[in-house]
Amino acid sequence: MSAGAPAAQARPFAALLAHALPGEPAWLAALRSRGRARFETLGLPGPGDEDWRQTNVRPLAGIPFALAGAAEASAADLSGPGIASALPVRFVLVNGRFDAGLSTRDGLAAGVSVSDLATALRTAPSEIEPHLGRIAPIDEAPFAALNTATFVDGALVRLGENVVSSEPIHILHLTVGSGAPAAVSSRTLVLAAPGSSAVVVETFAGSGSGPALTNAVTEIVLGAHARIEHVKVQAEPEETWHIGALAGHVARGGCLRSHNVSLGARLARNDIGARLDGEGAECVLYGLYLADGAQHVDNHTWLDHAKPHCPSWEVYKGVLAGRARAVFNGRIVVREGAQKTDAKQSNKNLILSEGATVHTRPQLEIHANDVKCTHGATIGRLDAAALFYLRSRGIGEAAARDLLIHAFADDILAKIPAAAVREALASALYGRLERDLAVRP
Amino acid sequence: MLKIESLRAAVHGTEILKGIDLSVRAGEVHAIMGPNGSGKSTLAQVLAGRESYEVTGGTVTLDGKDLLGMPPEDRAREGLFLAFQYPVEIPGVTNIYFLKAALNAIRKHRGEPEMDAIDFLAYVRERMKLVEMDESFLNRSVNEGFSGGEKKRNEIFQMAVLDPKLAILDETDSGLDIDALKIVAAGVNAMRAPDRAIVVVTHYQRLLDYIVPDRVHVLADGRIVRSGDRSLALELEKKGYAWLEEGVAG
Repeated sequence: MSAGAPAAQARPFAALLAHALPGEPAWLAALRSRGRARFETLGLPGPGDEDWRQTNVRPLAGIPFALAGAAEASAADLSGPGIASALPVRFVLVNGRFDAGLSTRDGLAAGVSVSDLATALRTAPSEIEPHLGRIAPIDEAPFAALNTATFVDGALVRLGENVVSSEPIHILHLTVGSGAPAAVSSRTLVLAAPGSSAVVVETFAGSGSGPALTNAVTEIVLGAHARIEHVKVQAEPEETWHIGALAGHVARGGCLRSHNVSLGARLARNDIGARLDGEGAECVLYGLYLADGAQHVDNHTWLDHAKPHCPSWEVYKGVLAGRARAVFNGRIVVREGAQKTDAKQSNKNLILSEGATVHTRPQLEIHANDVKCTHGATIGRLDAAALFYLRSRGIGEAAARDLLIHAFADDILAKIPAAAVREALASALYGRLERDLAVRP
Repeated sequence: MLKIESLRAAVHGTEILKGIDLSVRAGEVHAIMGPNGSGKSTLAQVLAGRESYEVTGGTVTLDGKDLLGMPPEDRAREGLFLAFQYPVEIPGVTNIYFLKAALNAIRKHRGEPEMDAIDFLAYVRERMKLVEMDESFLNRSVNEGFSGGEKKRNEIFQMAVLDPKLAILDETDSGLDIDALKIVAAGVNAMRAPDRAIVVVTHYQRLLDYIVPDRVHVLADGRIVRSGDRSLALELEKKGYAWLEEGVAG
């Protein structure tokens, strides 16, 4: 480290790491210590770290973040990308803490529970202990380690055996700024017992002012033949740094489908993936990212094919304008013995300006010989021939551009489960496309 | 209706059209024939407003309005329609959405109210019959996965929906088998009207057996070298284009 580095960089987030909750079980205290130790060892990643070469989070070290305190949020703060009002079940975390006043859990089916993690850690620690911190790679990922050391509360979703949740379960993570730099460690754990099924929506939004660091970790454990559709919508303000991890563990015949929609934040980094750990386990990863101005969006996905006969399917699409930078890194690991793996990966980028850039990279590690793995990436502009074709029929230039951009994004949007979520998201997405991204030549 | 005077156009600095003069009156069907590379498709694209062609001289008016100063969408709104030689595939945009957006843009320009979804569907169903298109095409992405013949039929279908003053058909016959050619020709013939002009651009006279033109023009090396009635097309069929090109060179 250079001699002129600010003091904070020597031990970034020292103020955050001093944190501990009273009365926690010993296993959790040990887990937190491990997270703290790993973070202090790994430090803030820099350009020398293979996984962070294109994404610079070093400026975080110079911002005196403190753990965001409890804050008042109002119903107006819920509007976010319009999803909160669209869904009857709503579990709200304000600055990482459960807000009972803003939450409604009336529509939950029998056998489905959504609880705040702080309470559940006291009342049902034995259900949590086997899973918390064991799905996300906290020993390798510095931010997941930091989150583990510092989360104060979160959401715990439990689905009983063969229970099907009829309503999507919406977890809204709100960061309310007070002007001073605030860090929020959001934690979510989803435990889907064998044969259960649900749609889980996590929305990240913010209000107030000041720089914020949202550091979210979601772990999803799917029992045999369980099915989870996870929708992540990140629509945070432009002063926010968003670092989010989603890690799934899928048992035999289970299926995790992730829909990752990234709209906001100045810098967003997602690490999303799953370990397919039983025959016939399946994972589908869809992603859609929109960025303009000086926004930076980085999606690192991973699929760990640990057992034979597991299919995975992945499509990430991005629309970029201004001087936005996008990073896509798609890692697929096929373990020894994971024969008949069938993995398909695709990343497509639409660039609307001269200044936008994309770094895309597949990363395949295959240790079995009877597998199918395909990948492809494209970076392109709006098709001039298609634009002319539309205009030659009387459609104005701006409308023609919008039509083509929507068409590009629509197939990802169309996959989002639950019509209410899809429709709310479509209007948020189109609003943003038309307001910010459909830059005119 | 259409008046082209001394039109010159270049692509990447190479002049393709070297002074075209052509007048087409309402109610007429004109055929423009010519060998490959003579500038037929360039003319069609320049009239529709393709930006990759640079107009280097001349004028074009449609009912007295200057076409060359208009962007492509305004030309379409003023009643020009180009049936593309190579219709473009647009994944993710359905035919019906595309056509409704186009028709309503044109109607708005004319000061007519937009058509709602129900009226539009009824109108479109009726127009589909002209080219014997199956209704399932409406909800498919524009031209995506269409066969060559289906794409050409879709062009004529769009023309029938948009009801242009002036339709330019650019090699609509290429890639069609005889049955598809007959269907397309019947669709075009059904669109013949006293207040509409049609310009058929083709390499072969075959199409003109089915769409009988009032006038035939031969384009060679960027100029119209001969004009005549239908018999000129039959003469070309017999003699080929070589004698005309020699005439130009000499």
